[in-house]
Amino acid sequence: MSGNLQLDAQGRLRHFLTLEGLPPRILHEILDTAESFAEVTSQQVKKVPLLRGKTIVNLFFEPSTRTRTTFELAAKRLSADVLNINIDTSSTTKGETLLDTLRNLEAMHVDMFVVRHAASGAAHFIARHVAPHVSVINAGDGRHAHPTQAMLDMFTIRRVKGPDFGRLRVAIVGDILHSRVARSQIHALHLLGAGEIRVIAPRTLIPVDVEKLGVHVYHRLEEGIADVDVLILLRLQRERMRGALLPSEHEYFRLFGLTEEKLARARPDVTIMHPGPINRGVEMDSQVADGPRSVILRQVSYGIAVRMAVMSLAMQAGPRTDETREAS
Amino acid sequence: MSQRIRIRGGRVIDPASGLDEVTDVWVGGGRLLAIGPEPPPGFAADFEIDAHRRLVLPGLVDLAARLREPGEEHKATIASETRAAVAGGITTLCCPPDTQPPIDTPAVVELIRKRADAAGYARVEVLGALTRDLAGETLTEMAALKEEGCVGVSNAGRPLASSLVLRRALEYAATYELTVFIQPEDAALAADGCVHEGETATRLGLPGIPAAAETAAVAHALALIEHTGARAHFCRLSHTRSVQMIARARYDGLPVTADVAAPYLFLTDHDVGDFDPFCHVRPPLRTDADRDALRRALANGAIDALCSDHQPHEPDAKRNPFPMTEPGISGLDTLLSLGLRLVEEGVLDLPTLVMRLCTAPGRILGLEAIGTGRLLPGRRADLVLVDPDAVWRVTPEQLLSAGHNTPFMGWELRGRVTHTLVGGRVVFERRPERL
Repeated sequence: MSGNLQLDAQGRLRHFLTLEGLPPRILHEILDTAESFAEVTSQQVKKVPLLRGKTIVNLFFEPSTRTRTTFELAAKRLSADVLNINIDTSSTTKGETLLDTLRNLEAMHVDMFVVRHAASGAAHFIARHVAPHVSVINAGDGRHAHPTQAMLDMFTIRRVKGPDFGRLRVAIVGDILHSRVARSQIHALHLLGAGEIRVIAPRTLIPVDVEKLGVHVYHRLEEGIADVDVLILLRLQRERMRGALLPSEHEYFRLFGLTEEKLARARPDVTIMHPGPINRGVEMDSQVADGPRSVILRQVSYGIAVRMAVMSLAMQAGPRTDETREAS
Repeated sequence: MSQRIRIRGGRVIDPASGLDEVTDVWVGGGRLLAIGPEPPPGFAADFEIDAHRRLVLPGLVDLAARLREPGEEHKATIASETRAAVAGGITTLCCPPDTQPPIDTPAVVELIRKRADAAGYARVEVLGALTRDLAGETLTEMAALKEEGCVGVSNAGRPLASSLVLRRALEYAATYELTVFIQPEDAALAADGCVHEGETATRLGLPGIPAAAETAAVAHALALIEHTGARAHFCRLSHTRSVQMIARARYDGLPVTADVAAPYLFLTDHDVGDFDPFCHVRPPLRTDADRDALRRALANGAIDALCSDHQPHEPDAKRNPFPMTEPGISGLDTLLSLGLRLVEEGVLDLPTLVMRLCTAPGRILGLEAIGTGRLLPGRRADLVLVDPDAVWRVTPEQLLSAGHNTPFMGWELRGRVTHTLVGGRVVFERRPERL
């Protein structure tokens, strides 16, 4: 299924849509390649000529500054030509269809689309309909997947904790229901063999049957963080804090916000992560965010190396031949 | 132009009269004249149809087929879909009121009937809107809709403004002996959902529609049906518990019936796979347990009728990310064959299937007395001949509906209609090489 769509005939990464169904060797390849790029980015001359002459389009149907910027920087450091296109979905619903937009851009001989869209499945849809030589990288589709974010988190964990994921207990705290980041992290941790994966949230923020993704569910932060090696806090969207999902930010912070006091129950060497941007005083207090166990800023800087790795690997693959492009 | 036809030597089934035997059927003057080896007195056939190794069944009665006309002719037309219907053995179909404009005035009813008559294929029965513009607030002129020939009223799954509107609508419809067709879904619980709230929704990050969106609406409607004594029909059930609640209400004496659409007996939320837009339907495909329970309910009669829930779409309607695609499956072409597959799989026997596809829906529409869904001497001759052994593959070329949006594409199915008669007239005949 998804594995086939994402790989070329030789089993190389063609599209990067979701981590679900990918062979673990692809994840290791991404992490190893990212290591070499992490060195590049710390050098004086930060560019490599790997994608010279290639055209990459950042196709964003949902506003984003951080993710788009890191993709743009990653593409430029690989010497590709980059085009940023932000499309207000409210205007596309009136006339031009998503497929029309895609065809028009394709006619400009684009080699790769980096796509963000508010609808789950958008990246799969685009990958099924692009020309055979074009790669699609998912930069976040609805609540479904955000695989490059998950891979930069894995890269961070590997750098901080070492390559043996099997001895790690990882907990993800917050709005699992609406989080594409959480879904991708869960798949990534499984594929890398993490010892235990927990999700911690009130029942309104836990999707049904989430246990079937192979996680343990906790509803109390104090219980969930006991003996945890890595703690990933998710961003809580402001609009979700008041209403039927949660009564108030105050209550959320009191019960699920991370403080030094609550952290006393975790392992002393616990690593604190957050995909950003942080709501200080909601997901965690500043003392934790800026404290010694937080690796939040390292995540941001690794984001460029990981995205360089994904882009360069996807450009090495051949056109997919296993499946004919769907008719339009 | 009324011809006299002898249908010779088919397996003739009319479950309501306990008929299941190999014999002849005699048709003339638009009516079914007699069933048996002897012709009616003075009968001279204009022609014969050899029904050897064929089934001779009442024409199918489909309780839910969107024809897309008026208003969405880019998807399909009354002519295209009534033709597909008779090729699939359906001689009567029931059109829900969510056309554009909705069927909330007698003029729209008249328009649909005229176009159906002009097309000359299947009979089209019409459900009138329960509320004006289906907006859920003001009742339609139901008495006028009934006089124009509406067989029932429905809000076509659109929400009603309040419990009070439903109460008044049930009372008012009951005044004119109109059955209220309810597609149960609590709009607030369904919210922006597009798949069953379960494992697949969680895996794909798709907004889910909980089973409780259906059961809450069923419970709510049953309370008001009990209070008003109105006759109601529950459409497109998808969940085990809804079926149990309706069966219990019927046991308690409430005048309620129910149907299920064929795809729900074969597919589950797992078939959504990696965002297959052809599995985007309302209500959503639910679990394996639900599918199995719906099958049992169809077999034991807790669900009265099997329908297609036909919703033809143009290709662009499904060319989008999953949540943005339009829900619905084109089902006229596959209804009979999927029904026969249930027989093949041992879910129910053939006479029971005929009951669910023909007789029971005819009763629900109040048309049994004129012969709809029955093989009754002296009544209208709407009947279908089926080669039960013919195997066909679902391909775009095989589909007569303008909508090719089906998750059954590529399936190998059994059972092909060879002849369809509506009002004693052969409106469809499949050439032998196309069987």
